Amino acid sequence: MTVAAVVSAASVPAASVSAAAADSIPAPHIEYGVLSPLFVVFGAAVLGVLVEAFAPRAARWAVQVGLTVLGLVGAFVAVVLVASSDDWKGARAVVAEGAVTVDGPTLFLQGTILLLAFVAVLLLAERRLDPGPSGAFAAQASTVPGSPGEREATRAGAAQTEVFPLTLFAVGGMLLFPAANDLLVAFVALEVLSLPLYLLCGLARRRRLLSQEAAMKYFLLGAFSSAFFLYGIALLYGYAGSIRLSEIADAATQAQGSDVLLLSGVGLVTVGLLFKAGAAPFHAWTPDVYQGAPTAVTAFMAACTKVAAFGALLRIYYVAFGGLKWEWRPLMWGVAILTMLVGAVISLTQQDVKRMLAYSSIAHAGFVLVGVLAADDAGLRGVLFYLLAYGFATIGAFAVVTMVRDPAGEATHLSQWAGLGRRSPLVAGAFAIFLLSFAGIPLTSGFMSKYAVFSAALDGGASPVVVVAVLASVVAAFFYVRVIVLMFFSEPAADGPTVAVPSILTTVALALGVTVTLVLGVIPQPVLDLAGDAAAFVR
Amino acid sequence: MGVQNYLYLSAILFTIGAAGVLLRRNAIVVFMCVELMLNATNLAFVTFARIHGNLDGQIIAFFVMVVAAAEVVVGLAIIVTIFRTRRSTSVDDANLLKY
Repeated sequence: MTVAAVVSAASVPAASVSAAAADSIPAPHIEYGVLSPLFVVFGAAVLGVLVEAFAPRAARWAVQVGLTVLGLVGAFVAVVLVASSDDWKGARAVVAEGAVTVDGPTLFLQGTILLLAFVAVLLLAERRLDPGPSGAFAAQASTVPGSPGEREATRAGAAQTEVFPLTLFAVGGMLLFPAANDLLVAFVALEVLSLPLYLLCGLARRRRLLSQEAAMKYFLLGAFSSAFFLYGIALLYGYAGSIRLSEIADAATQAQGSDVLLLSGVGLVTVGLLFKAGAAPFHAWTPDVYQGAPTAVTAFMAACTKVAAFGALLRIYYVAFGGLKWEWRPLMWGVAILTMLVGAVISLTQQDVKRMLAYSSIAHAGFVLVGVLAADDAGLRGVLFYLLAYGFATIGAFAVVTMVRDPAGEATHLSQWAGLGRRSPLVAGAFAIFLLSFAGIPLTSGFMSKYAVFSAALDGGASPVVVVAVLASVVAAFFYVRVIVLMFFSEPAADGPTVAVPSILTTVALALGVTVTLVLGVIPQPVLDLAGDAAAFVR
Repeated sequence: MGVQNYLYLSAILFTIGAAGVLLRRNAIVVFMCVELMLNATNLAFVTFARIHGNLDGQIIAFFVMVVAAAEVVVGLAIIVTIFRTRRSTSVDDANLLKY
């Protein structure tokens, strides 16, 4: 809530400030209706902080879950209402004194993020798989693992539910990130989405050392990359004299000022964006963080952060750097090829399911970049569809990971999954569907999304990249099929893990994942049309 | 003195910060180097604001300070938690997650 208001206050042009400084300060004009999804989510997050402080312990969990779900659903309804009204069409799309753009891609991405966050919150709220007052999260994250203090807190029934407000703050940042129309808003949104995620990574109840290590690695590398992002913004500001995306684009077309500033600015901003998107060579944090973080948080990060990061990447690249296509395309070719190869080849050697899914997410970041390379509306449409389809499949896959358990918690070593299909054919079948979708087998959403981005990239003249992309898909498919064979055609170990029966929450999340993956594979056209209608940035 | 000298200084500070992140082993020092990078950026913003004669850069510098303060809160919380568990803040000791 505060972010949007304060940011827009900052974007008042300097001239009007000095002219009006004598008697009164003009209030910035905020379009509350069009920005309502942001306000709903941030408002719910602030309320969540108050609930954490004041609600009685027994009621806290239920209140927090209810509030979070309500906030996400409310924001989604707001997105649908805004999208079906005419308030955002044409020149009126640029709102909040030019700080935020609410156009087709923004609304599509915001809707996607809210849907995915809703499914991820169902996983976060699961308490039957890991019985206790806080489910899969540490009852009191500040206690030292294994210490008397922790035991005492557990005995006293301490239950902190800060997971939910933190998730909402992160979702709010994600909604703002692809909508940012100037680079300062983009930076603030990047931090608003990142800071809660750093904390969420460190909140696991089991294997807390791994979880805390993941949080530290993610934090240090994330802060490092956002410093690069910020320096890039400084250089672009130095080049164009403005941080507004359209004015940077104008300055770049007129080729005024020094190319050194412009190109190094573009490079540094790209570093920050590619880091968040998890693309090589800035992918090194992904496997560690995905493995160490609580699985529900991993699902949330893997799906929603990717959507937000690629949304912002698309807007900044298409709107601000659109005129520099010939400069950045060779760079992106290299990044896309490297990302796909690193993700696909290294996933072959993984022995841990969460790490394997992390490398698969790197490969998928590469596939999405192939769509970005097209640099036209068809590429944009493909990317929007891809992010939605991949998000549901990846949340579903992590939902399965939370259910396969042994007495020590989740059994994530791949060898433990041998024969899973014989013990619980349904759950293993669902996982197989997600893997087939990742591999891009027809009749799953993965095939349609790969087809959409690859064909757009072919038309856009990036055929060598598409050839590599297809090869990388084949390599990755080999690995996914190996996991399926392992699950269905090998004998289960006697002391192997079992599939725990979850509550309705995880069941619904899993069912949604399977349904969307299959429906988008069989009848993708309505969603493709929706993405196609949305696919034009307002400049 | 030319105003661009401040830009050179900012680039040097940023580079020192980046080198520190890569070379130092103590998580607190690594984090301080990140803060140095952010402050170098602030210097660049303010200098560019002077060059262009508008206020945007100066206002951005305030935003960066607030964001950096928020980052300190979150970062120190994480580092202190790790320290209380491991009795060490060396980034080399955090090596359970690999390959």
